[in-house]
Amino acid sequence: MDISKEKLEWIYTTMYRIRRFEETMLEQTLKGNSMGVAHTSDGQEAPPTGICAHLTDKDWIGSTHRGHGHCISKGLETDKMMAEVFGKATGQCGGKGGSMHISDFSKGMLGANGIVGASIPLAVGAALTAKLKGIENESVGVSFFGDGASSQGVLHEAMNLASVWKLPVIFACENNGYAEATPSWYAVSAEDIASRAEGYGMPGVVVDGMDVFAVYDAAGEAIARARAGEGPTFIEMKTYRYHGHFHADDTSKYRKPEEEEYYKNLDAIKHFERTVLKQKLMTEKKLKSIRDDIEKEMLHAVEFALSSPMPDISTLYDDVYVNYSNPIAGLR
Amino acid sequence: MTTSQTNPLGPGYEGVAGSEMRFRDIFRDTLRAEMNRDDDVFLMGEDISGGFDKDTKEPLDAWGGPFAATKGLVQEFGVERIRDAPISEAGFVGAAVGSALTGMRPVVDLMYFDFVTVAFDQLLSNAAKSRYMFGGQTKVPLTLFARSGAGTGHAAQHSESFYSMLAHIPGLKVVVPSDPYSVKGLLAAAIRDDDPVFLVNDKKLINLTGFVPDEDYVIELGKGRYMRRGADVTLVGMSYTSVVCQKAAEQLAEIGIDAEVIDMMSLSPFDEDILIESVAKTNNVVIVDEDTPRASMASEFAAVIADKAFDHLDAPVKRVTSPHSPVPYNSALEQEFMPQPADVVGTVKNLLGRE
Repeated sequence: MDISKEKLEWIYTTMYRIRRFEETMLEQTLKGNSMGVAHTSDGQEAPPTGICAHLTDKDWIGSTHRGHGHCISKGLETDKMMAEVFGKATGQCGGKGGSMHISDFSKGMLGANGIVGASIPLAVGAALTAKLKGIENESVGVSFFGDGASSQGVLHEAMNLASVWKLPVIFACENNGYAEATPSWYAVSAEDIASRAEGYGMPGVVVDGMDVFAVYDAAGEAIARARAGEGPTFIEMKTYRYHGHFHADDTSKYRKPEEEEYYKNLDAIKHFERTVLKQKLMTEKKLKSIRDDIEKEMLHAVEFALSSPMPDISTLYDDVYVNYSNPIAGLR
Repeated sequence: MTTSQTNPLGPGYEGVAGSEMRFRDIFRDTLRAEMNRDDDVFLMGEDISGGFDKDTKEPLDAWGGPFAATKGLVQEFGVERIRDAPISEAGFVGAAVGSALTGMRPVVDLMYFDFVTVAFDQLLSNAAKSRYMFGGQTKVPLTLFARSGAGTGHAAQHSESFYSMLAHIPGLKVVVPSDPYSVKGLLAAAIRDDDPVFLVNDKKLINLTGFVPDEDYVIELGKGRYMRRGADVTLVGMSYTSVVCQKAAEQLAEIGIDAEVIDMMSLSPFDEDILIESVAKTNNVVIVDEDTPRASMASEFAAVIADKAFDHLDAPVKRVTSPHSPVPYNSALEQEFMPQPADVVGTVKNLLGRE
């Protein structure tokens, strides 16, 4: 396997961190410690991990309502992420964004987005910046979106733009089989969403989104193309979300237990563990020490979020504009 | 409008070097100046150069932009910075937001103002909200412009003036130049501003001429100006209705009514002080707006005047607007749709109890 030991450790750490962050966040949300709606991505660890393994802070990603895995893969700190979900002043966005809008511009994370598909052209814009500044080799744009967003017009506009302008973009489609409760077999006209790439003049590949090595390889090729100035690639990763569309969604109303069981047998983390142990690339001891560290990190993240202060009420009015001459406090 | 009573350029502009220019020419010159001033500024839109040679792939500049607004710029700046876009308003406005978030200062030509709705989610959800919902981590130095207004036979889907819809959005700024002087200062200010700014050009202004100082200047966003000083009634205009108000003021002067004309120039933020100051003096006000009347800028200005200058009013605040209807095609209907100087004169005469 052509992956360094450090990279393998990073991949396992990242996938396990996503898994445990989502489980911990869901538990805390159900306890009432979070302040609103949260969408979990456990089960879908392989796509963001396998892609972001090739990126640096100079590369940009656009994300979705189900964005925690993207954030973690891009290197955001779980303390500040958990605090943001809890609506605290120490959160990544000072409590202004919440679960659906976590961002970190210092890490190349353009922000998660609550409108399905709306962040896709942002990644295209980041790639346009790279092209205009002549830094395509070090700054690509990755747009994460799901099978639901594949039906949004703006995706198709963005694919056409990226192709005609030959921009360094990766269209990273996480097909988890469901747009909210609607199955993709009902709502998506093509067997493979990636087949649509051909119509926009770019390569489209389908990979097993439960296999981080498959994602890693496909992403490596696509990102190398982008960095070489050869334009965009569409990667469809067939994956599965273990929990509901949002924290209070009961999947038993629209998914069969056999189906859920089937995907849990394909679990991306277990698949990774089996593979590296079989090929003697990592030891069980190392895997366990990574898991133990993550458990401690999650305890710390919850403690940090719980003990953090609420934002000052006066911050309500901050950052609507860089500057604005009229009062914005409203009329009372 | 450079009588002894009025100085559209304001105090301090007497004897300033400049020339009479067409609105469209100074618009293009200002874009050029801003692109020369800052390498991060680039322009995107449909047919902003227009057409490519199939063999050489070179731009033909066949259109030079809608209404030839950007003619010649592609030869100066190249196809990277004068970037013709497919007809994908949501896609390229979204890409402009992404580019602004990552360090550029994009300027987007949206052609007709009506096309705003096709890209509205990108404006509302991304351009306007990114700074706030990400806790002030970022900024969106994006400028957009488009052509508004009835009166040119463009019918219902190419003639809108619903700038109030944009002014309603926290996080966006909206400016409406009314002459060559103001478009130079407002466009430069918009491009240099760190927030997303939408500049709405009424089509009826594009071929008008006016005095433009040679010097580099910006008009502060959120400031209105006096186009004419008067004592009897305040006429509030924005975009082309500032021209309508000036024509009405001339007609009113002939019957002995001394009207003051305010040109708002900015709709968000907007100049509350100038409204209150003028109404405190004239005690009567008529707001003239080509937008449809429900939840409009005219209504917003009326509310501010009622709230903050109530004690100065001798009569109710009056609005002269388009009807609550789409823009008609037939020219007689279209003229009836638009606020005309005669409508303003009639409203003022009623207001002041004059026959």
